[in-house]
Amino acid sequence: MSGPARIGDRDGETLRFIFDGVPMRARPGDTLAAALLANGVGLVARSFKYHRPRGIMAAGVEEPNALVTVGEGGRTEPNTRATDLFVYDGLVASSQNRWPSLGFDMGAVNGLVARFLSAGFYYKTFFGPPSRWMVYEKVIRRAAGLGKAPTEADPDRYQHRSAFCDVLVVGGGPAGLVAAMEAAQAGERVLLVEQDRELGGSALRDDIHLPVTAAGLEKAGVRILTRTTASGLWDHSFVTLNERLVEPGQRPEAGRPAQRLRHVRAGRIVLATGAIERPLTFAGNDRPGVMLSQAVRTYVHRFGVLPGRRVVIATNNDDAYLTAEAITVAGGEVVAILDARTAVAASRFPVFTDAVPLATRGTRHHLTAVEARVGEVVRRFDADLLAMSGGFTPVVHLHSQAGGKLDWRADLQAFVPGASLQAVTSVGSAAGEIHPIAASAANLPDPKHSFVDFQNDVTVADVDLAWREGYRSVEHLKRYTTLGMATDQGKTSNMAALARLAAVAGVEIPEAGLTTFRPPFTPITLGALAGADGGGHAAPTRCLALHDHHQRHDPLWQPLGYWFRPRAYPVNGETLHEAALREARAVRTSAGIVDVSTLAKFAVAGPDAAAFLEMVCATGVAKLAVGRGRYTFMLREDGMVMDDGTVWRLDEQRYLLTSSTGGVDRMEAHLSYAHRVLAPQLRVSVVAQQEHFAGIALAGPLAVEILQALIGMLPPAHMGVARAEIAGVAVMILAASYSGERAFEVYAEGMSAGPVWDALEGETRRRGGCPYGLEALEFLRIEKGHIVIGAEADGRTTPHDLRLERMLRKSGGFIGRSALDRPALTTADRLQLVGLVAPDAAIPEGSMLLVKAGSPPVGHVTSAAGRVLGGGAVALGLLRGGRERQSEALIASSPTRGQHVRVTVVDPVFYDVEGTRYRD
Amino acid sequence: MMRIDCPHCGPRGQVEFSYERTLDSVVTLDMEPAVAVARLYARTNPRGLDDELWRHGLGCRQWLVLRRHRVTHAIESVAAFDPAVHR
Repeated sequence: MSGPARIGDRDGETLRFIFDGVPMRARPGDTLAAALLANGVGLVARSFKYHRPRGIMAAGVEEPNALVTVGEGGRTEPNTRATDLFVYDGLVASSQNRWPSLGFDMGAVNGLVARFLSAGFYYKTFFGPPSRWMVYEKVIRRAAGLGKAPTEADPDRYQHRSAFCDVLVVGGGPAGLVAAMEAAQAGERVLLVEQDRELGGSALRDDIHLPVTAAGLEKAGVRILTRTTASGLWDHSFVTLNERLVEPGQRPEAGRPAQRLRHVRAGRIVLATGAIERPLTFAGNDRPGVMLSQAVRTYVHRFGVLPGRRVVIATNNDDAYLTAEAITVAGGEVVAILDARTAVAASRFPVFTDAVPLATRGTRHHLTAVEARVGEVVRRFDADLLAMSGGFTPVVHLHSQAGGKLDWRADLQAFVPGASLQAVTSVGSAAGEIHPIAASAANLPDPKHSFVDFQNDVTVADVDLAWREGYRSVEHLKRYTTLGMATDQGKTSNMAALARLAAVAGVEIPEAGLTTFRPPFTPITLGALAGADGGGHAAPTRCLALHDHHQRHDPLWQPLGYWFRPRAYPVNGETLHEAALREARAVRTSAGIVDVSTLAKFAVAGPDAAAFLEMVCATGVAKLAVGRGRYTFMLREDGMVMDDGTVWRLDEQRYLLTSSTGGVDRMEAHLSYAHRVLAPQLRVSVVAQQEHFAGIALAGPLAVEILQALIGMLPPAHMGVARAEIAGVAVMILAASYSGERAFEVYAEGMSAGPVWDALEGETRRRGGCPYGLEALEFLRIEKGHIVIGAEADGRTTPHDLRLERMLRKSGGFIGRSALDRPALTTADRLQLVGLVAPDAAIPEGSMLLVKAGSPPVGHVTSAAGRVLGGGAVALGLLRGGRERQSEALIASSPTRGQHVRVTVVDPVFYDVEGTRYRD
Repeated sequence: MMRIDCPHCGPRGQVEFSYERTLDSVVTLDMEPAVAVARLYARTNPRGLDDELWRHGLGCRQWLVLRRHRVTHAIESVAAFDPAVHR
């Protein structure tokens, strides 16, 4: 077609839009596809692999060819179906996968080397030498593709909403409207959703009156959402709806979201999702000017666009005759109807029976002729439009997602919804109320140019090749040929491919099988899935009770668990490392304070509190004296260290258990499970108190002096408990050391802890100390050889692996105890905790431990730091049979960073081995 | 997302709950190691109904036993965990 194709005058074309830089006009209500056809545009896109010229094939969301990029800047949306995009004033769209232009595309050269890009090409390249694959990958990535993702941030907002209804009706065609009205009249709360902008479905295409109007439905209480796609049907009648408030690329009104994702829990679901017409398979069936028959009818009736003036119709069913009527009424000429069936009813059109199209002729913009087999002869028909109908595929996606069975209907050559596991029923075309068809003929003269999956450029030859190469299962065929894996998920292609597979296999289609229908039904922008939870709102920002006190010193912040904690407090332009080293040295030489509020804290109380703790903790607890505490750790049922912390006996029947920040939820659930499921007879209460108390650790040789000055008495001995007041605030003092220096953890209620911090900071600074952050804390604990959950205790290490076995309680059972005796947990070649030292170079964290260059790894570095005082690097690592490899020389190797450092295996304590500094 | 009818709170979305384990993989401290290993690592994993331990962590925080179909996800019953019945 060359001229404009609007039926009647063009006065109604009041919207301006631009396609590939050319200004055009559209009528309100036009899709971009309708507007392009109205403007005489035949060539709209280039195909994925071969850059073949493509036009518009369909009129709905199933469109495989006419993908465009729409919008500008961060609002750019690639791969938008021109048939699923309503033109708005100012719309800017462009074609994709072409260079330098759509008309003259260098990539079309791929068409000449098409044989190198056949089915499984990508996989086959894996079998050659890797160097070959690297070359191919570059070529493929440059040559094949669709639209490009925008690089700017999406400026739009997206909302999530929940909804409930008795009946959810999906699809606003005649069947859906009737179902909605019936349910509403029966007194049910009804929600009706339609992906189109208008209700009507097939009635818009066939120009017939609706049995029920939107106004009538609303009067009956039906809630209607148009431009809303039911994208997924999940468990227990849970449906996700994707509602577009603006068209792709369109700027929403100020303050309004672009899209809403609705989560609907429905009592029952009625699927009136219609059916999708199938293309026929013949050479050049992808040429611009070859369209689906029902799509042609839609453009004529709904949009007032006649996509061709001399039309050949190819069909295997009665429905296409309606298209012939529509074309004639609109002023077009039906050159021929090629009907694959041998006997058809009389018609006023030139009908040829036992006739199928073989090939098309034309330019890259237009169709000029159709070659067809009519009986035993080949005939040529001059035409500018070929309307094809290969039958109809009920849209069973949601039914299938809900776990519903599919039944094969030979008369329709289609799967229809069978029994459903959920309260899901299908009605109308979706239930198989469609035209029967004649089964397709298997003989194709030119399979290499007969397309099955238009969007992924899969031909009949590819399907045949996959079969010859041994791909029998339809799931394998799909992956090998990429059939049905494009953005349209094979809406127009799957049945044609199945038919071909069944034909070469010599089986019926149901025996060939069917691939899985997965959500979403049509592509969803990631913004809609994220909703308001994007960017800084991806997770809640949880601030420490003392956040403002830290902020005064403008620290570097670090997320830890749910929390933001100071990583270091740089001054005078220090780097992170310089600041942390200064802070750690202050702790070693004078004193430092650190916020440890985020540690998990559990109040465990009751007559059986000790018994409960001994069940959870792998160390002794019951013998702990009142006012004393000790280090403890907990095991999983498989004997691996789960978490560690301290346990303090505050009273005869009252304990405080601390554990790691990051493991707090896991520990809370574990304690609840241990109590409520394993030992409900124990009289104990467990209360999670993590956020109730702020904790400040004071550490260093001057810690005793500082604390004494504040509380006016001698601080508790190592691992002792004391109660006192600091700055008028009641505090509990636990004398525990993590840094290796004399240290105290000072706890106060979170909301009143500010003055305590200020007082401690003041006294500490007066003596040359300072606050320190997580980085300095790491330096200090690594030097002391303390393990961390997630680094050394990585979920695969036993107490023995971590050199904690001497602390294991000998008597009584605890969770994980019996698992420790399993043979595999006691072998000598397990990964065991070791210390590593290097004289000068830093040891790369996470690096492999090698006996010599090129040998297989025997372990890895879990934590690394420099010595706080003096030079040299230290690290902790897990080394195979490490406990017996003292003094061995190894290489800590990180090929990705190009770092290879000679290290020596030592005991995992690098500072104050005798432990004299932290004791009183 | 499944809908779970909590006996304490009524029907709620699955996001409020967390799965713990099947009821037959609960291991108590008094079990022989061989029994414990069998329960932890050689579970029956039936293609059909199974009893599962869940917790309504973002609701009443109670432990529940769901009788749930592994294939269809249909929930036959939800009961409060009762050590006298379920252990």
